[in-house]
Amino acid sequence: MHEANTPLIRLAKRDGMSRGKMWAIRAAAFVVAILIGAVVFLLIGNNPISAYGTILTGSLGKKTAIRQTVRIAIPLLGTALAIAPCFKMKFWNIGAEGQITAGAVGAAYFALFWADKLPGPVLLVVMAIAGALFGGIWALIPAFFKTRWGTNETLFTLMMNYIAIGIVNWLQGGPWEGRPGSQIIPQYDSAAVLPKVLGVHCGWIIVLALTVLMYFYMKYTKQGYEIAVVGESENTARYAGMNVGRIVMRTMFLSGAISGLVGFIVSSGADNTLHSGVAAGVGFTAITVAWLAQLNPFAMVGISALLAVLEKGADTLQTQMQVPASISDIITGVVLFCMLGCEFFINYRVILRGHHKEVTGA
Amino acid sequence: MTALETVHAIELRGITKRFGAKVVANDHIDLALDRGEILSLLGENGSGKTTLMNMLSGIYLPDEGEILMEGKPIAIRSPKDAYDHGIGMIHQHYKLVDVFTAAENIVLGLHDGKKLDRKEIARKVREISDKYGFGIDPDKKIYDMSVSEKQTVEIVKVLYRGADILILDEPTAVLTPQETDRLFDILRAMKADGKAIVIITHKLHEVMAISDKVAVLRKGKYIGTVNTAETDPQKLTEMMVGHAVSLNIDRPEAKYHDLRLEVKGLNCLGSDGVPALTDVSFQAMGGEILGIAGIAGSGQKELLEAIAGLQKAESGHIFYYPPHPKSDIAGKHVPVDKAGEELVGKTPTQIQKIGVSLAFVPEDRLGMGLVGGMGMVDNMMLKTYKEHPGPFVDRKPPKALAEKLIDELEIVTPGVNTPVRRLSGGNVQKVLVGREIASSPTVLMTAYPVRGLDINSSYTIYRLLNEQKMKGVAVLMVGEDLDVLLELCDRILVLCGGRVSGVVDGRTATKEEVGLLMTHVGGGKEAEDHA
Repeated sequence: MHEANTPLIRLAKRDGMSRGKMWAIRAAAFVVAILIGAVVFLLIGNNPISAYGTILTGSLGKKTAIRQTVRIAIPLLGTALAIAPCFKMKFWNIGAEGQITAGAVGAAYFALFWADKLPGPVLLVVMAIAGALFGGIWALIPAFFKTRWGTNETLFTLMMNYIAIGIVNWLQGGPWEGRPGSQIIPQYDSAAVLPKVLGVHCGWIIVLALTVLMYFYMKYTKQGYEIAVVGESENTARYAGMNVGRIVMRTMFLSGAISGLVGFIVSSGADNTLHSGVAAGVGFTAITVAWLAQLNPFAMVGISALLAVLEKGADTLQTQMQVPASISDIITGVVLFCMLGCEFFINYRVILRGHHKEVTGA
Repeated sequence: MTALETVHAIELRGITKRFGAKVVANDHIDLALDRGEILSLLGENGSGKTTLMNMLSGIYLPDEGEILMEGKPIAIRSPKDAYDHGIGMIHQHYKLVDVFTAAENIVLGLHDGKKLDRKEIARKVREISDKYGFGIDPDKKIYDMSVSEKQTVEIVKVLYRGADILILDEPTAVLTPQETDRLFDILRAMKADGKAIVIITHKLHEVMAISDKVAVLRKGKYIGTVNTAETDPQKLTEMMVGHAVSLNIDRPEAKYHDLRLEVKGLNCLGSDGVPALTDVSFQAMGGEILGIAGIAGSGQKELLEAIAGLQKAESGHIFYYPPHPKSDIAGKHVPVDKAGEELVGKTPTQIQKIGVSLAFVPEDRLGMGLVGGMGMVDNMMLKTYKEHPGPFVDRKPPKALAEKLIDELEIVTPGVNTPVRRLSGGNVQKVLVGREIASSPTVLMTAYPVRGLDINSSYTIYRLLNEQKMKGVAVLMVGEDLDVLLELCDRILVLCGGRVSGVVDGRTATKEEVGLLMTHVGGGKEAEDHA
């Protein structure tokens, strides 16, 4: 081949790669992200090594820090688990934010008005069920419209987020307002607050249990199998005699119910009240978690922990080294970009002009 | 021509193209093409024909080797480069804008910034059209055109851009015999005009009919070029396959021959709300292979789906009659009314349980029937996963079945859990047909069962279908190769525009007869392409 006739850079698809090499590339991507982050710290005049040190000590250095990090990871993991079956089904549910909020509303109703009528443990169980039910129904609405009239689930679920948050805003300033004019819903009765285990509200036990359940659900149940088939091809599912509409609605209800449960966990365990920011963007960050984990529940544990470390560490960075919050957002962004971007190098190899050897890297 | 070195219109030397580390689609291919010549590029699916031609038309870049035009090395880096060198390719899947007219499609992407002179374009299109006998109307919209007209537009488009080297990828796959003859006349006219033409095909009789030379590829390797006049289909097959192959298809007589399906006045709407089937009536017998012929999109898909319960019938009946009590296939399914069980209105699952099986292989082969991302095990249980009690799936029986099929049908796969998408076309087809046969059906419906298969695999599939027929199964087979249908089927049902235009006896009918039925319903409307 004449040298000048070939383009400078070409791409070729890889056919399969060993597991070890895949993880090596991912690790390399993480290192690259850390290096880019170091450059950012240098540019704003901070020592990158001490900055990263602060992130680590700030998130994992002390018992209290670890507890706070775990508290951040709980809703991320729970919501990523909720989204996983939808994404496996190629139903783009980006409404976890709203489903969390709706679930929190359901739980809050019982926390606010039934706390004195029900014994403690029963109250918590009722709150959990109400949260799951509210979140499930909130998710069922777009699923119903999708199967019935073919509406776009992405837009629909997104819009449902704003409605849910709007409802909480209204509740905050209206019927559920505590002290008049405060625009705040009162704190829950202590009976409506999730008990602590090892210093963190017991939501972490719930989401870890859900991780195992979700793994088995997706891998070994008929419903999990149906979800996978629908996700691959609706035509094939129909051909196999599956009721696609029912599967879509059932899966969305399940997804919304788990998100709703997360809403209950956050409002009861962490916030001890209901406010419009209960989901706090978790519904969106969880999408990243689910994708990075490639929908594998166990991998989600690690990814949500990593993101929680970054978030908690960035907080400390801000208070201790006066690094602006926006810088830590940039670091988080760079890490996510590199992690997602390295999948490209797992699927393709790059060939430079004149070289027949492959070039890997991130 | 000198004895030293012959200069060809196009010459490929040592062209190599790899996909990934393991797949070598083209392995040092040499090929020469002269003006005023039609070269057939022959090879089985997956032998690298299309890849090779895509490198001439600028879609792929060769990893090694060089392309010479009139003796000078050239680089073809994009489809535009190819056009600049006068190379035009007509792809299998047409790239036309439906709502544009023929002329608009022809000039699409040309005229950098200049004003469109519609009159001039129309004049030039007509000129090309008259020169080679296309008979094309420049102002006709694409959506009003038949498949063959669309193909003509593609050819004119390439000629309009000044191509004098034309590459046609499987141009006859979607044409009726009559349309194929017309295309060949056009190709001959272009050849007489001094154009160099490559036609990619795997149909031997077409190779013999149209080409001057035949270049054969096998598994990415160049086997050789022969003059068409000095060869015959048997020799070409041996070059293609690598060993001697018997080209005869068996048509044994079954022991039981009883009515199995009776379709009466069936009407169905297609996905766009337009009638896809109109007043379709016919009978299918056990112990018989009933071929279904027709131009693509004549209602074949809807007919099979209606029988399988996947397509709603607007009106009409489909009656099912149980197999002969003494036959091998009797008594394995849900008992039905001996006087005829109505299938219209039943769910796909109910119909499956009666014993009606659909092995439908659509254009993309994996779109239905198999889940590409899943392994053989998960695909085996697609229709049976519900039978295991409880909320969990039982992967033991499907795993056993997968292993049995791998063994019996010689399916090549790295493992039972390798996604079937990664298997070759022939193996995918065996997986699908194998699973359907494993459910011991009484009616086996299959569409394009050998599409994309190599000759050996095709014969395996024919053998499997014949085995089913001998057991007393009613086999319905939608096919596209009339030669095969006429050799394999007992009777052939011909569809045209969603109507039955005739049923012929496979032993006595001719290709021309079937071809005529494909385009004309007796006294009915002209055939149309609804696809």
